[in-house]
Amino acid sequence: MNTKVNIAGVEFKNPVTTASGTFASGEEYSEFVDLNRLGAVTTKGVANVPWTGNPTPRIAEVHGGMLNAIGLQNPGMEVFCKRDIPFLRRYDTKIIVNVCGKTTEDYCKVVERLSGEDVDLLEINISCPNVKEGGIAFGQQPKAVEAITREVKKYAKQPVIMKLSPNVTDIGAMAKAAEAGGADALSLINTLTGMKIDVDRRTFAVANRTGGLSGPAVKPVALRMVYQVAQAVGLPIIGMGGIATTEDALEFLLAGATAVAVGTANFYNPYATVEIVEGIEAYMKKNKIDDIQELIGAVR
Amino acid sequence: MKRKEWCTVISQDELTSGIYSMWLEAKDMASEAQAGQFLSVYCNDGARLLPRPISLCEIDKEKGLLRIVYRVAGKGTYELSELQAGDRVSVLGPLGNGFPLTKAEGRTVFLIGGGIGIPPMVETAKQLNAEKKIIAGYRDRNLFLTEELENAGEIYISTEDGSKGTKGTVLDAVRLEGLKGDIIFACGPTPMLRAIKAYAAEHEMECYLSLEERMACGIGACLACVCQSRDVDSHAHIHNKRICKDGPVFEASEVEF
Repeated sequence: MNTKVNIAGVEFKNPVTTASGTFASGEEYSEFVDLNRLGAVTTKGVANVPWTGNPTPRIAEVHGGMLNAIGLQNPGMEVFCKRDIPFLRRYDTKIIVNVCGKTTEDYCKVVERLSGEDVDLLEINISCPNVKEGGIAFGQQPKAVEAITREVKKYAKQPVIMKLSPNVTDIGAMAKAAEAGGADALSLINTLTGMKIDVDRRTFAVANRTGGLSGPAVKPVALRMVYQVAQAVGLPIIGMGGIATTEDALEFLLAGATAVAVGTANFYNPYATVEIVEGIEAYMKKNKIDDIQELIGAVR
Repeated sequence: MKRKEWCTVISQDELTSGIYSMWLEAKDMASEAQAGQFLSVYCNDGARLLPRPISLCEIDKEKGLLRIVYRVAGKGTYELSELQAGDRVSVLGPLGNGFPLTKAEGRTVFLIGGGIGIPPMVETAKQLNAEKKIIAGYRDRNLFLTEELENAGEIYISTEDGSKGTKGTVLDAVRLEGLKGDIIFACGPTPMLRAIKAYAAEHEMECYLSLEERMACGIGACLACVCQSRDVDSHAHIHNKRICKDGPVFEASEVEF
């Protein structure tokens, strides 16, 4: 049985990775799951300098999901390179580093710094809804998506995955723009901008007023977008958005994702990633599927 | 080791209006749990994803039981309050770092709990080998856990409306009773903890505070429950400690909140 998948020339032992920002760099979850079992670990976003993030409260629960406005708190690329990469390299899993920035130059600095490091892929976060500068500002206009992709690619030694925002009218146009800029792969979706109001305190439930909606509530939107993008471009796709079970993961693969990322589910089921790896294997065995390629994009 | 498992509810009682006490069978968690740690308790309704962080009130290592005492604040804790003996509930724990009991040994310690910050003081008081002055602050005459606290040390009560004990705050009780001590362990609402931090600084008392913030993962990965710290923290390198993993108990001068 072959569960290997290939993302822009990098072979994963299976299609399961983690969604950025939900798994830190894996250390906390290594107490619950064997990181060797994952196809890849995608790290939390790293910037060129440390970022403090947003004020608290940073999260709120909503029906079937959650809002977060963490604001990409991170220790900056130097600490990340010294601490997190060596930690992850102890495991037999691919490393995808999520890169964030406020300006194109910021992104390029991180990409350039990482080009000399032992990481497998770079995921460029041009779609975080919780930072005022950078983030989503780059991800909502096709021309901006193409331009930043092109710029980042100049500094990248590793394949570049552009992470797309669902907060757009035409996701296919964004995907085509990233492809035109030279992206090697795409990941989608990032969170949907949402809001919750605390009626007892009569104020916003998260201090940033709006937050990014994630969890099972967003899955149908994410699945639809992955399907649309798979029809629009030829790039490999890492699908994410509300994946919590094996069935969820299989839906994304069938819709055209080459790999899948587990995000919010980690917060309420720290074993979710490995359960999904095992679930996919069991599904393939039960249905006598020899190669996972038979599943990818099988529903059109 | 932290773990997530299904625990059986041994008993559930409403102590006073809206305050519930639940004993859970959790052998492995109980054997490792420390006073001041917390559990993340999950809802069965899939619409409510995130666990509710609830502090440990009592730990019975021999029988493998844990006690949580919580306030019904929303739909999640309401669902929890509906559970009955024999029901099962999913729990992650034990989480966080408890009070530094050895620092208080042989000294006079103020154990200060305010409202739903009172429960962790029960196990802390039981385990402490020290002269214990327990100050419990309530809203009104609906007291809870006073018997357990009385069994563990001298207890002083304050109520906001003056219906029992000293009228006012826990610090009003400390002043009125003329209490003197060396070290403070406290848990309760943020304004109370701020006042205690200032009191400790003024009286040159060592002080440890248990903080609270909304959490998602409970294990240090999501960075939702941060508080500002005096020093650059070792994880994020930016003066932001994680309450779930680096706390919830902090030395008072270490954190800004």
